[in-house]
Amino acid sequence: MKAYDLVIIGGGPAGLAAAAAARENGIESILILERDRELGGILNQCIHNGFGLHTFQEELTGPEYAGRFIAMVEELGIEYRLHTMVIDISPDKKVIAMSREEGLFEIQAKAVILAMGCRERSRGALNIPGYRPAGVYSAGTAQRLVNMEGYMPGKEVVILGSGDIGLIMARRMTLEGAKVKAVAELMPYSGGLKRNIVQCLDDFGIPLKLSHTVVDIDGRERLKGVTLAKVDEKGKPMPGTEEYYSCDSLLLSVGLIPENELSRGMGVEISQITSGPVVNESLETSIEGVFACGNVLHVHDLVDFVSEEAKAAGRSAASYIKGINKVSDGRVIRLVPEGGVRYIVPSSICLERMENKLTVRFRVGAVYKKAAIAVYYDGKLAARKKRLIMAPGEMEEICLEKERLLKEENLKNIVICIEEEKAQEGMG
Amino acid sequence: MEKRELICIGCPLGCMLTVEIEEKTILSVSGNTCVRGDRYARKEVTNPTRIVTSTLRVNGGDRPVVPVKTREDIPKEKIFECMEALQGVCVKAPVKTGDVLIENIAGTGVDIIATKDVAAA
Repeated sequence: MKAYDLVIIGGGPAGLAAAAAARENGIESILILERDRELGGILNQCIHNGFGLHTFQEELTGPEYAGRFIAMVEELGIEYRLHTMVIDISPDKKVIAMSREEGLFEIQAKAVILAMGCRERSRGALNIPGYRPAGVYSAGTAQRLVNMEGYMPGKEVVILGSGDIGLIMARRMTLEGAKVKAVAELMPYSGGLKRNIVQCLDDFGIPLKLSHTVVDIDGRERLKGVTLAKVDEKGKPMPGTEEYYSCDSLLLSVGLIPENELSRGMGVEISQITSGPVVNESLETSIEGVFACGNVLHVHDLVDFVSEEAKAAGRSAASYIKGINKVSDGRVIRLVPEGGVRYIVPSSICLERMENKLTVRFRVGAVYKKAAIAVYYDGKLAARKKRLIMAPGEMEEICLEKERLLKEENLKNIVICIEEEKAQEGMG
Repeated sequence: MEKRELICIGCPLGCMLTVEIEEKTILSVSGNTCVRGDRYARKEVTNPTRIVTSTLRVNGGDRPVVPVKTREDIPKEKIFECMEALQGVCVKAPVKTGDVLIENIAGTGVDIIATKDVAAA
């Protein structure tokens, strides 16, 4: 059996940044396993620009951003295997993978970093009635077809879901000569960036129909059209509001799900809210020496933050392998999401193992204007940060300092919550 | 006097901006919460520009297409002219990131460059 100190599952942005960080922290024996034909993951099909403003202070396209990390991994001489599918990981970190060249093989790892990313929610998850004709694609599938394989999936398009991939594809299909008739969004607001609404829809006069969904799919062999209807506050279609749109393609941009079959298989505890592993300050899962980062941990909006998180996972894995991880004395601080905060990553902190600064990431559950992020140490207000706006589509972060936490005696809970302005006034 | 309404793209707040223009001079920008909104509105009304990204066919490469972009932003009204000029263009592998594949696209003075390496098959 082959043996490596560190095996990284996935060669996308998370896997690449984690590998580079682990090598820079002294780990020689690293192997990245990637199932696709090349490194770079989803960035290879994201040919639009807007990546890397935080990491490189310039605006890159997806392939350019990936290219920089791939070059880094190549320069560091980190080993990787392409066309390689990991099919199982045991709790004692035995990785079973297969490829055409090597068949089925086993690798014993000292530490594992889970960096498998996420996948799109499909039609099956939505319960859209109607036949199952050709022409219904996830937005990401259409994106791969157009941008990597050189095929156009259709000429007349309706898009369901106004997340960023849906918006980007509305523009891309339009530029390639297709007619995008509408983007329908179930929620009363778009989940995508304002910039994408303006530059992908408004620039081309594509209507965004908020509080609308697809209620029927027409066509037996090939899609002929879809029926959109307005929905009420509960998301239920309202009779009498149906409108028929003839189209040959329907693109679904209706959410992403972290791809954790391997994690579940090895017994890693999974959060009900993020659908990603529950991790501590070291981004270590419930299994010692198994770390997670990027979209497999929780779905990100910006790749820059994936890279940052993945570097932290790489450093943690390096410390674990070198055995310099301080053993916890069992004292653990829980990070608790309350009022308006849906989840927090990580979910616990062991002070002995915490780096000097820890970036804590979270999402809010609704749109908040002129509200504040409040942080409480065991019920005592520790920090309050005003925000002009917070939205579910934009990940928030705060930084915790070890020095500050050490001053709190016997700290058990850190609560993060959203406080609206009224509450603030009430407090005088 | 002409009035134009815009949505600011500076942050998720998405302020509704109103720009008052008279004979190509901007009289006022209102509706913005911060200075970024003012800056965006002035640029967007007088000289809106965009980076255009697309793909080109590749001959003899290990991939059928190579992603490309305009090296700098081009005037917004030139987007479709730029896309037309990309139609049917086929480049030869190998291609390196940053290679100039088309010079001076649609008379904008801006080059089309590759954003990914494509090796020869």
